[in-house]
Amino acid sequence: MHRISLQQHADFEGWRVQARALCSAKVHPSQIRFIPPDRDNTLLDFGVTDLPQVRRKVIASEDFMDRAARVACHNDPDRYDRLYQLLWRLQDTPSLMRNTVDDDVRWLIDADKAIRRDRHKMHAFVRFRKVGDTDQGREQFMAWFEPSHFIVDLASGFFTRRFPNMDWAIVTPYRTAIWNGESLCFAPGGTRDDVPEEDCVEDQWKTYFASIFNPARLKVGAMTAEMPKKYWRNLPEAALIPDLIKTAKGRERNLIRSLNAAPNPLAAKATYQPRRVIPDQTPQDIPALWKQVEACRRCDLWQGATQGVAGVGPKDAALMIIGEQPGDQEDLAGQPFIGPAGQLLTQALTDAGLSREQVYVTNAVKHFKYEVRGQRRIHRNPTIAEIRACNAWLEQEIAMIKPQLVLCLGGSAARAVNGKPVKISEVRGRPMTRADGLPFFVTSHPAYILRVQRYEDAPKAYQEMVADLKAVADLLAA
Amino acid sequence: MAARSLIDKLAILADAAKYDASCASSGTATRSSMGQNGPKQGLGSTEGMGICHAYAPDGRCISLLKVLLTNFCIFDCRYCVNRVSSNVDRARFSVSEVVQLTLDFYKRNYIEGLFLSSGIIQSPDYTMEQIVDVARTLREEHQFRGYIHLKTIPEADPLLIARAGELADRVSINVELPKESSLEHFAPEKSQPVIRKAMAGVKLRLDDARDAQANRLIRKAKPPVFAPGGQSTQMIIGADASTDTDILKTSTELYSGYGLRRVYYSAFSPMQDASLDLPPVKPPLMREHRLYQADWLLQFYQFERSEIDASTTNGMLDLDIDPKLAWALRHRSQFPIDVNRAPRHLLLRIPGLGAKTVDRLIEARRMTSIRLADLIKLTKTAKKAMPFIQTADYQPGGLLDTDNLRARFAPPPEQLALAV
Ligand code: SF4
Repeated sequence: MHRISLQQHADFEGWRVQARALCSAKVHPSQIRFIPPDRDNTLLDFGVTDLPQVRRKVIASEDFMDRAARVACHNDPDRYDRLYQLLWRLQDTPSLMRNTVDDDVRWLIDADKAIRRDRHKMHAFVRFRKVGDTDQGREQFMAWFEPSHFIVDLASGFFTRRFPNMDWAIVTPYRTAIWNGESLCFAPGGTRDDVPEEDCVEDQWKTYFASIFNPARLKVGAMTAEMPKKYWRNLPEAALIPDLIKTAKGRERNLIRSLNAAPNPLAAKATYQPRRVIPDQTPQDIPALWKQVEACRRCDLWQGATQGVAGVGPKDAALMIIGEQPGDQEDLAGQPFIGPAGQLLTQALTDAGLSREQVYVTNAVKHFKYEVRGQRRIHRNPTIAEIRACNAWLEQEIAMIKPQLVLCLGGSAARAVNGKPVKISEVRGRPMTRADGLPFFVTSHPAYILRVQRYEDAPKAYQEMVADLKAVADLLAA
Repeated sequence: MAARSLIDKLAILADAAKYDASCASSGTATRSSMGQNGPKQGLGSTEGMGICHAYAPDGRCISLLKVLLTNFCIFDCRYCVNRVSSNVDRARFSVSEVVQLTLDFYKRNYIEGLFLSSGIIQSPDYTMEQIVDVARTLREEHQFRGYIHLKTIPEADPLLIARAGELADRVSINVELPKESSLEHFAPEKSQPVIRKAMAGVKLRLDDARDAQANRLIRKAKPPVFAPGGQSTQMIIGADASTDTDILKTSTELYSGYGLRRVYYSAFSPMQDASLDLPPVKPPLMREHRLYQADWLLQFYQFERSEIDASTTNGMLDLDIDPKLAWALRHRSQFPIDVNRAPRHLLLRIPGLGAKTVDRLIEARRMTSIRLADLIKLTKTAKKAMPFIQTADYQPGGLLDTDNLRARFAPPPEQLALAV
C-alpha cells in the first residue's frame, strides 16, 4: 500500500506529479491512498512498498485534467483516490470521459459541478466590510466567508481582476486570501472575529434589499434554492428575510386594496404631447406623404413592421422605379432599396448607364410583410388586397413626381401600376401605356435575380435586367 | 418639504424599480481591471457569466443596483406605479448620488453593476441625457468596468440612445404591451411604431459594431463598442386583455426583427395607488412562467410559433402543464421516440428532457446503448419523459395511449377552501 501525503487541501499539482509516477509504474488504484490535510488517516494501515519498475506513458484527456484540477478542491476526503481511479481507467479507455453515464465519470462531472457552483456562490456572496484607508489613500476591505469546498485559491482570481485597486482579505476557516495591490498571498484560516462587525454602507444595502422585494410575488422556495440558508449567516441582508416573509401577505393585501381615489394634482401640469394623431388627408409633398404613410392603418401590415417606407429621389425625376415592398434592412433603416436587392439595382443602373441619384425609387407596398422562421424574418408577397390598400400612396407619388416613365420591378409593382396582373416574361422589355397615358415598363425584381435557383442562370438573369434598363435609358433619351 | 435623506430616496426609487423583471448581468464582453503589467486605474470586471449576488424572498435574483433616477413622470401609463396621476411618494436622485451608491455597493461585492431607469421628467430628451450622464460619469470619471444596463426612452433623440449604447453593456426599451390597441388605451403617450423604430436603431448599431469587429484590419485595433450585452425588452402580462398568442407573436417579431437577447415577461402586480381601470389582483405568476417556457421552446428547441399556438385554448397556454408536454400530448402519434436513435431535434421534443440532457445523451449513446437506468442518471426528470420514450430495455407500452395521461402530470384540482 502506498500512502501519499498532500500538503494542501486543494493540491492538484502535488497529486498530478505523484499520480503520474504511480500510474506510469502501473500501481493499481487499490494499492494507493492519497492523504490531503482533511482526511483522517489514523485508521488506515500502510505497509511501505517500493514502486515497481514497469514504465509506461501516462495519458489523460484535456477534459479530464480540466475537471480534475477543480475537483481537487472538493471536500470529499477520497477525491484524490477517485481521480486516480479515473486516471487509471483512462489508460485503457482514452475516450472514457465521453461516457457520461459511467459511474466514475458521473461522479467527476457532479463533483465538478459542485465546485463550480461553490466558486460561483463565493463570487456572489462574499461581502466586504471597509476596514479603513492606507496612508496612500487605498481603501481596505475584509470579508469572512465559509465555502463548502476548498476553493479559496480557485476563486480568488476573480476578486483580483475586479478589485485590484483596493486592499482586501477574504478570511475563511481553512485559508485566507490577501491582496495588497501587487500580489495575491495566502495565509492560514481564521475566524469571524478577524473581520469587522459592520460597515457604513450596510444599512443602505439592507434598505435596497427590502425595497426591491415584491411582497405580492412571495416565492420562498425559489429564493432558498439559489441562496441556501447555510450562507445566510454571513449575508447582512439575510437578517431581514424572516420579517419580509412574515409581513408579505399583509402587505400584498394592502396593495390590492390601494386604489387611486383622485388623480395627483401633478397630472394637470403634465404637458407632453404624443405624436400619434395625424389627420388622414392628401399630402402636398413627399415629406408629408412619409408622415401619412407612417400613420397609415389601411391594411394590417403596419402592425408587424418597424415603419412605413415611402419613396426617395429628386422630385423632378424623369424615371420612377417601383419595387414590391421594403425588405428586412429597409424596414429597419426606413429607406427604400438599401438591402442586397437595392445594391444589385444600383449596380444594374450603373451598368446600364443610368444613375441611381437621378431616379425616384419607391415600392408598391409601404410596409414590410414577412413571416418569422427561426430567428429570421422571411419576406412574403403582399396580397392583392394589400397592394390595393396601399395604392393611393403610390398614385400620389406618381402625381407629385410626374415621371416621364415608370419602371416596375416584378409582378407586384406591375400589378399596382397596371391595375391587373401581368406575366413578366410576356411584357418585359417593351414600353406600355396605361389608360391614363402613363408610360410604363416592366422588368424582373432584383430580389428574383438573387433568388434564381440555378446559380449559372443568375448572370443571365442579371444581363437581361441590364438590357431592359438600357432600353429604359434609350427611351428616356429619346 | 424637508430634503429627503439618501436612504429614503433609495427606498422609494428601488421600490419603484421592482416591477422591471430584468436583472441580468450576463452575456457581455469580458473586462478586467488587471492589465498586462498590473492593475489598471479604476474598478470592476465582467466575466461573461452573470452573477446573482442575492435573492429576494420573491425568488428573484439581485444582480444589479436596480433603481430609477426619479419616479416623477409626465406620462400616465395606467399599469405603472410612477404614472403622473398616482399619489405615491416621489423622489429624485442626483447623478452623483447614483454614481456613489453604485461604487459603494460594488466595492462591497453586493452587485455586478447598475440598472438605471427613470420616470420621464421635463422631456424624453432631458431625461435620457441624465441617464446617459450617470453612465458617462461612472465610465469616464471612475473607470468603472462593471455592468451597466440603461433603460432607454424610445421617444428620446436617437443620438442619445446611441450614446447610451456606447456606454452601457445592455440597453433596453420596453414594449410594455403586445398590441398597439392596448398601448393606446393604457399608455396613451406611447406607441409601438415609436418603440420599434428605437429598437431598429439599436439593432442597426449593434450590427455595425459587430461588422466593425469582424472586419478590422489589425487584430489589436479596438473598434468602437456598442452594447456588447445586446438589447432586451419587457412585456407586462395580465394588465390588458392580450392573449398568450398575441404576446408570443409580438415576442417572435421582436426577436427576429431586432435581435433581442431577451424578452422579459412581467406579471402585472398589485401596486400602491393603482389606477381604477386596472384594479389590482394577484399577479399571474404561473402564466408568466408558462410564457417563459414557451419563449424558450421557440428560441432553443426549434419549435415554431404555429405549433405553440396550436396547443393553446382560446389563445391561452395550459396553466397546469408545461407547453412542451401540452404539445406532446396532442401529438402522441410522434412518440415514443427512441433515445438511442432519434436525431437531436426530435430528442428536444421529449417532455422532461432539456437541451443539456439531450446533448449529454447524444455523447453517451456513442459509447453505450442507453438503458432507462442511464437516463435516470442523466436527468432528474426522467419520469416525466417515460411515456414518450423507448430505450434499449424499456418501452412505454400502452402508457402513451391512456386517457388519463394528462392527469398524471397536471396538479390535482384545487380543493375549495371551506369557510370556517
Ligand atoms: S402597407 Fe400600405 S396600406 Fe398597409 S398599412 Fe402600410 S402604408 Fe398602409
